[in-house]
Amino acid sequence: MSEPTPLLEVSGLRKSFRVAKNKAGRSKLTALDGVNLTLGRGETLGLVGESGCGKSTLARVLLMLERPDEGTVRFDGIDPFTLKGKDLLAWRRRVQMVFQDPFASLNARMTAADLIGEPWRTHRDVAPSPREREAKVRELLELVGLRATDAHRYPNEFSGGQRQRIGIARALALQPDLIVCDEPVSALDLSVQAQVLNLLADLQERLGVTYVFISHDLSVVRHVADRVSVMYLGKIIEHGPTEDVFDRPLHPYTAALMSAAPTLEEDGTAGSGERILLDGELPSPLDPPSGCRFRTRCWQATDRCATEAPDPVGRAESADALEPHEGRCHFPLSLTPVGA
Amino acid sequence: MNPLPSTATADPEAATGEPALAVENLTVDLHTPTGTVRAVDEVSFAVHKGRTLALLGESGCGKSMTALSIVGLLDPVAEVVGGSVRAGGKDVLTLSRPARKKLAGPVLSIVFQDALTALNPVQPVGRQLGEPFRIHHGLSRRQAKEKAIELMRIVGIPEPRARARSYPHQFSGGMRQRLLIAMAVALAPDVLLADEPTTALDVTVQAQIMQLLRDLQVERDMAVVLITHDLAVVAERADDVVVMYAGNVVETGPVREVFGNPRHPYTRGLLDSVPERAEKGSPLPAVAGSPPELSKIPPGCVFQARCPLARERCAEERPALTATGSGRAAACHFSEELASV
Repeated sequence: MSEPTPLLEVSGLRKSFRVAKNKAGRSKLTALDGVNLTLGRGETLGLVGESGCGKSTLARVLLMLERPDEGTVRFDGIDPFTLKGKDLLAWRRRVQMVFQDPFASLNARMTAADLIGEPWRTHRDVAPSPREREAKVRELLELVGLRATDAHRYPNEFSGGQRQRIGIARALALQPDLIVCDEPVSALDLSVQAQVLNLLADLQERLGVTYVFISHDLSVVRHVADRVSVMYLGKIIEHGPTEDVFDRPLHPYTAALMSAAPTLEEDGTAGSGERILLDGELPSPLDPPSGCRFRTRCWQATDRCATEAPDPVGRAESADALEPHEGRCHFPLSLTPVGA
Repeated sequence: MNPLPSTATADPEAATGEPALAVENLTVDLHTPTGTVRAVDEVSFAVHKGRTLALLGESGCGKSMTALSIVGLLDPVAEVVGGSVRAGGKDVLTLSRPARKKLAGPVLSIVFQDALTALNPVQPVGRQLGEPFRIHHGLSRRQAKEKAIELMRIVGIPEPRARARSYPHQFSGGMRQRLLIAMAVALAPDVLLADEPTTALDVTVQAQIMQLLRDLQVERDMAVVLITHDLAVVAERADDVVVMYAGNVVETGPVREVFGNPRHPYTRGLLDSVPERAEKGSPLPAVAGSPPELSKIPPGCVFQARCPLARERCAEERPALTATGSGRAAACHFSEELASV
């Protein structure tokens, strides 16, 4: 599935922010707490978790919009945080982003052609000559399923799905290796969401681009991702090949998350899986629980979980993958079905 | 941990007698600066006590507008121009404003999607929750507060007595949604409308809120109208479904049958767009195009521009909602063709 050297390797990432003191007098918010990731070329990594789990901070670090306190990012063998000047510019071209909100992320006073061509003003090395520019814009528009005649229209003349296509075309204009998609379809209606997911898959096949795909929608992640990392309060609590993680979760949180979302079966009836209803809500990231972060909502938790942070435990079945299927739990779920 | 069984229950015997809410040919126009458009076009449905009906559709299809017309909270630019709404033995749309207000709470009630904007930010939640009791039952402030605390306990807010003094921003999203639900069920309404009640919440909290709504519905025998764009929620939670597209009902019937064997190409397209039903990695059979703008709804079928079955007749003649089986109806000239698929 992947070449020997991964495109992206992240290890031991830590990032905290100083915030106004809360009632308990704490002012340090730990957004990322020892995050590791490995991603092969042409793959899609699904990043899953609830609000405040750190997935957007992780995306910002991958895009070098945020400098981590600790840990390393290696992209194609390069640590981008050591780069300067031209090298840094060249690196930035290779990592692009598609945003969640297709209404807020496009300048309303620029035409589609201007929006798609804007990155070339910064990255001259991949910019087409003025003569070729129009043809190149047309090519990009057609690549994302818009018409060449759309080039001179403004964002308000497009629907949400079409705007998201413009955002994708703009990211592709720089021929990136990696595109970070932060909830790229969550603002879109179901029928339009399917079109955009198909487009992203098609582009990956044709251009070999790698995706980090952030989403709260598990059914979407399951459909697009080759591997999945599940985050909870700044930690990746489980990761592995998508099918393994979805079908045989190791961590109780993953199991609860999967079971919480209603599902639809082939015959149009609701999924009949056992529902694990978690007690309580996400603890404040300002004051995370000791030991295992999930223990306050976990039905398996014991005294040990409060004192000792669990190390990852693996499952051997996926030994050939870049990253084995691992979960951080003292009492990983066995191979028996969830809830049985 | 509370492993709970799946809650999809359909009790066929429940649907007898007069419905708790009956909407007939409801039509709503929107007066925009560029002209008047029809946002809801002759929508009809009925829901009985203890039953759940889902209004399903994508943004702009008119599902929220339908709900707001029923509870009388339409924006001034919108106007109900036809149809009737029956609830609590009354024709709601013909009532005077004060008479209508009397229904708000004991008969009809609504839960909104965004709890932060639906609650008053400068009033402690205990006082807000007590308000319905003061207005409708004439309770004193102190008595109303006791009622409010009791409600907070029912919807699962920890330490309700202390928390009654807190303001909305001091609660998490899930807790705010619980407060909103508490306020909506305060006077034990016959009909609870829930407009995307969990859309803004995290998945694990969504499950908690849906369970709370379910428990309250069973306990109080309420009729629930669930407005949603999520097909899985409909499948799990609703008995009947009304599928809306561009202000029109395109298909309606028991969920099991409509989702199991859709008779309108739009319903089928929506079901096919659900990623988990598709084979992993294979393209999703998406519906082409996007919904029409309300100002540009074509004569003939509203779905024709995106429909794989569309023919000449669809451009000329709008299909009427026609019965396609027991309790089912679809607005398609060629629904027979889908039946055999």
